[in-house]
Amino acid sequence: MPSVVANQPKPLEMKYRQGLLRKLFGAKAYKAAPYMFISPFFILFFIFGLFPMLFSIYLSFHAWDPVDGLGAMEWIGWENYTFALTDEWFHTSIYNTFWIAFASGIPQHVLAIPLAYFIHSSLTKMRNSVVGVYFVPYITSSVAIALVFTSLFSRDFGVINLVLTSIGNFSIGEFQPLAWLFPTENVDWQRPEYTKPMISFVVFWRYVGWNTVLYLAAMQTIPKDLYEAATIDGARRLQQFWYITLPMLKPMMFLAVTLTIIGNLQLFEEPFIITGGTGGLEQAGKTAAMHMYITAFTESDFGTASAISWILFMVIAGLTWINTKLLGSKD
Amino acid sequence: MQTRKLTLIAGATMMALSANTAWAEKITLTVASFPSFDAAVTAAIPLYKKINPDVEIKLVSLAYNDHHNAMTTALATNSNLPDVMGVEADYMGRFANSSGLYDLRQAPFNSGEIEAKFSPFAVPLAAGEKGQLSGMPADIGPGAMFYRSDIMEKAGVSVEDLTKDWDSFIEAGVKVREVTGQYMMSNVQNIVDIVIRSGIEDGGGVYFDAEGEILVESERFQEAFRLAKKAREAGLDGKIAAWSNEWSEGLRRGDIAVEFMGAWLGGHLANWIAPDSAGDWATANLPNDSWASWGGSYYAIPKSTEHQAEAWEFITFMTTNKEMQLLAFEEIDAFPALIEAQDGPFFDQPLPYLGGQKARLQYKEAAAQIPAISVNKLDPVAKQVIADALESVLERDVAVDKALADAAKLLKRRARRK
Repeated sequence: MPSVVANQPKPLEMKYRQGLLRKLFGAKAYKAAPYMFISPFFILFFIFGLFPMLFSIYLSFHAWDPVDGLGAMEWIGWENYTFALTDEWFHTSIYNTFWIAFASGIPQHVLAIPLAYFIHSSLTKMRNSVVGVYFVPYITSSVAIALVFTSLFSRDFGVINLVLTSIGNFSIGEFQPLAWLFPTENVDWQRPEYTKPMISFVVFWRYVGWNTVLYLAAMQTIPKDLYEAATIDGARRLQQFWYITLPMLKPMMFLAVTLTIIGNLQLFEEPFIITGGTGGLEQAGKTAAMHMYITAFTESDFGTASAISWILFMVIAGLTWINTKLLGSKD
Repeated sequence: MQTRKLTLIAGATMMALSANTAWAEKITLTVASFPSFDAAVTAAIPLYKKINPDVEIKLVSLAYNDHHNAMTTALATNSNLPDVMGVEADYMGRFANSSGLYDLRQAPFNSGEIEAKFSPFAVPLAAGEKGQLSGMPADIGPGAMFYRSDIMEKAGVSVEDLTKDWDSFIEAGVKVREVTGQYMMSNVQNIVDIVIRSGIEDGGGVYFDAEGEILVESERFQEAFRLAKKAREAGLDGKIAAWSNEWSEGLRRGDIAVEFMGAWLGGHLANWIAPDSAGDWATANLPNDSWASWGGSYYAIPKSTEHQAEAWEFITFMTTNKEMQLLAFEEIDAFPALIEAQDGPFFDQPLPYLGGQKARLQYKEAAAQIPAISVNKLDPVAKQVIADALESVLERDVAVDKALADAAKLLKRRARRK
């Protein structure tokens, strides 16, 4: 202890040091020093965060073909917004986005919570490796994922069709007992009716581990004595899960659902790669974010693309607000 | 090889002498390109150095989409632009109207003097709305029909049956399907792509005419959709998208009997798709005397360059130097856009993979026949609209007239700023 005290500069010494800095940089610069230290963040944020954001608002009120240079921007007011909002393709993409968001999002949480509970309560030694395995899809490159899944879902040469049709064609003598439930011929997963379920499945598979980890972390913070008290009171495991775990998870549910909403409404990589960047037949797998990208880079219409991104932002903000009302804590 | 190089140097030295020779210091020329088009630049560097020792070529290459997106944003902000830009045909129509690229028809370039040297269809694909020319064609993709001669023989179908007209092609397909069980083609979309490009007069466009009027309800589209529907109903196609796993595997196993594509597909088949089927594949011109092109590559010069003269000299070297054009053809299978280079012993060689056919002569004929179609920057949008309309006709039983009328309406809406 005394050594620490001894190392601290004496008041006089400190004064001397301050004086030196002042001499070197002047009084004003000395006061500005803290701001200089924090400035790298703000400079980077202004260049790569705030400026593009504000510029895209500005852009959304202009007609602009980017290959024509900045001089070609033309003010057109709200036209980009009215065009986007009344655009059939935008409607389709919004519908697709919500379809995929729900079909992949709800199962993520419905499965992740019991899974986390199981890992939390039943696994001891194996826990870390099991959690690791569930987490791997989340950190795997989405390009690799999409490539693997397109191979799995390949119509003529995919493993999934091979398994499904061999079950469907399973026969005892002449009779095929499972043909009513399973396909007997290869399913063409590229058909528009399968595009959204296929994308949803991949998204679900990819993020269920992430949510499991979130819920697992939250469960570890629930005090053990609550369970002990419940056990003494004679509550069964299911009751403990229902009356202790779930209510205590609410703050984390709020966070996890918010992240899912934001992530799923901005879904881009998986559908983009699975459909080869086109959105698939009848644009059945084209999400709003993809529509924005295509509007910008295929149609060369950066103004409308910016308007779409702000409409999307409003939708996400609205849904997050509803989510806050539903799940956010009031206490 | 040695003699060719020598003549190349001789010819190039002449060119260098006739051009401005007053540069003293070393100049670095940045060329932005994408695979495999960038291989032409790599091959050119040692040769070009001999002509112009004072010019260093720095190649910056990105993946196909990344490159074109990077060029789009670079043009948008007029920054980080290269001195020479490689552009693929699909993007050339959009870049053609850019005010960030030089109009090569103006002085000091005066491309008008050399435009006649290229296959006639290639130049208009890089022309903008105001008659400007923003890119010089380096290579082209004359269309061809590739078919499995062994399958055709088994089904009793002659080349004549395949090429006479589309109805005859479909009948042949029915035979192939009945006798061998193989798909006649990967996707009926191919028929549409070819038929909507046939019978266009020079200067006309596929989806829009010169005045920007929408053409998707015309006879070409009606006929294309009718034929596609007929072929789909006859079960001729595998509903397979090009470049998918099914596609390459289907071609490898011989499940697909015919494929329409640029002449360069022959190289892909021989090198990696179906190397074991040597001798089984053959090629012919497209059915019904149709002529179409698949892809192609261009060079453009951004206005921001400080080495305008050198950039232009490099481009003319890449596009109008016969030896260079032939070298690119031999090295990376880039069919020369330069007519002068579409000749010589290399073209007379029989191709063993295609059963000894002198296929390059056929591609050359196609290159001469392809009509000079004008491009519109909304062509990519129109392509999507037509693909959706075709799907509704093929799978949702929408009448052709109605589907095309809806497509026209949709396109009109999206072309709101024309």
